[in-house]
Amino acid sequence: MGRITFFVAEAFRALGRSAAPSVAAIVTVAVTTLLLGVLIPVLRASESTTQEVRSQISLDVWLYDDATKRNIRDLRAEIEAIPGVAGTEFVSKREGKQIVIERLDDPGAFAELNRNPLPNKFTVELSSPDNLTSVSAALQPPDESGEPQPIRPIIESVREAREEATEITQVTGAVTIVLVVIAVLLLVASLLLIANTIRLSIYARRREVEVMRLVGATNWFVRWPFVIEGVLVGIIGAGIAVAILWLGKVTIVDPLADNFALIHNFSTVGFPFLVGMLVAAAVLVSALGSGITLRRFLRV
Amino acid sequence: MALLKTSKRARRRPPEERRRRRPERPPQSMVAGPAAASGAKPPIVELKEATVVYPGGHVALERVSLAIGRGEFAFVVGPTGCGKSTLIKLLIRELEPAGGKVMIAGRDINRMKDSRVPMLRRRIGTVFQDFKLLQNRTVYDNVAYALQVIGASRAQIRRQVPDAIRLVGLQAKIHNYPDQLSGGEQQRVSIARAFVNHPPLLLADEPTGNLDPVTSIGIMQLLYRINRTGTTVLVVTHDRDMVDKMRRRVIALEEGRLVRDHAESGYTHESTTEFAVRVRAEMGVGDEGQTNGESH
Repeated sequence: MGRITFFVAEAFRALGRSAAPSVAAIVTVAVTTLLLGVLIPVLRASESTTQEVRSQISLDVWLYDDATKRNIRDLRAEIEAIPGVAGTEFVSKREGKQIVIERLDDPGAFAELNRNPLPNKFTVELSSPDNLTSVSAALQPPDESGEPQPIRPIIESVREAREEATEITQVTGAVTIVLVVIAVLLLVASLLLIANTIRLSIYARRREVEVMRLVGATNWFVRWPFVIEGVLVGIIGAGIAVAILWLGKVTIVDPLADNFALIHNFSTVGFPFLVGMLVAAAVLVSALGSGITLRRFLRV
Repeated sequence: MALLKTSKRARRRPPEERRRRRPERPPQSMVAGPAAASGAKPPIVELKEATVVYPGGHVALERVSLAIGRGEFAFVVGPTGCGKSTLIKLLIRELEPAGGKVMIAGRDINRMKDSRVPMLRRRIGTVFQDFKLLQNRTVYDNVAYALQVIGASRAQIRRQVPDAIRLVGLQAKIHNYPDQLSGGEQQRVSIARAFVNHPPLLLADEPTGNLDPVTSIGIMQLLYRINRTGTTVLVVTHDRDMVDKMRRRVIALEEGRLVRDHAESGYTHESTTEFAVRVRAEMGVGDEGQTNGESH
């Protein structure tokens, strides 16, 4: 117990003495934690949006008009036997026409055509968007020349919503990458600033360190006050960030969430969990920062 | 671990025995009694052909062999750059020799594990020319610091620190800060800090280098008093004049080589007061410097 009191007292003494670098490190940790606190829910939200978009991806199997009901029934059984297919929905020519009329909100959309140009089709639901390629290949395996051939002659074509899907995935992927890069850069900045604070602290206390070594303090006894100093910086910085996040949540996000379902959906991470994660990250980063400096500058 | 055990043992000891314990108590492992020097035990310090080469090729010590017995009071002299300070660094394993052996209490300290080095240093007190005191701590806290950082219990600190401060005669200035003390007083604090854990060996690197002759005699007298408790004292100095008056063993170094090792007999049993009076007379300084906390 006496030792722990000694370590903590030494750490606070050091923080008070080298106030300027300590404040710089605390502010950086606070800013980093704050940004992480905003980034993490946003990342989670964008991830869940991507998931939603991807789950809507399906395959359309267009059929020739001369397919008999028996052909269609057989094909349906065949498609549903393909692994990765969650289900099929048959959309007849007439149903397709209804959908188009509803979508265009124009009952006369087909009036000038003397026939219905839409085909009968199957909409194939996938159990996972990742199965898109394999299911598509199963529906139209390539022949000897490498050209895809439909498994049944009644299939006119197999159409994928793939291009749009890839685009959406790419955009959200890029956003995620940018945000993660920013977060990583900020983490590195905090790490270095904490390392710098500890380095200055070692310099300011070189006489103490020298005396400790001379009278036979063990290596860890010399190091602990510095590690605790770094962790204190982390905890104080994280504390400030959490306070600001909480204020932001209470004054901005919560009132908006009552009015907009969208924002409400965005709060995908529980606040206590988020706080716990941020504090843990701040402490980890600061302990690492101290550790790196101690290894480099405190040969004991 | 060993330390924790020690403090537990101290706590369990009945109070009357604790009170009886004086700073003079010979420390456990490297026991140094008055007769120890002649005993079968290995010398407390032994160099065998020790050579130190600094990066860049400068040879600081060249094949130096010497042995210092338990309870001895010895001087190492020589001009600046002769390797005196290197010798001290060698003995606390701040430096490792390029060749030869450094033995403390019969153990080759360069073959012990790094993690044992702090334990070695706990058994060796060190005093330096620049005192190395912590300016933002009081006399008491400076001395207590040496015990705190080796994990001593509060009871042990409360018991040993006042004893050490009394030994160096600074009980009246226990709450002063170093900048409120004279050079001689600061050196006394640093000696108290070096001796607070009762090491069997005390190394002093130019302890009087910043002090006037009168104050220096006081410091030497204090070191001699510590020596009389059974502690081996090794003083490194360039003040050859002073050393000659001490009538103690003198080891002279020149350009890293041992050039003289001369012991003068007949003076080893004088009391600290006799010692001080004699040295003052030989140095030709008066009695005005006798404010060194000597109680008898």
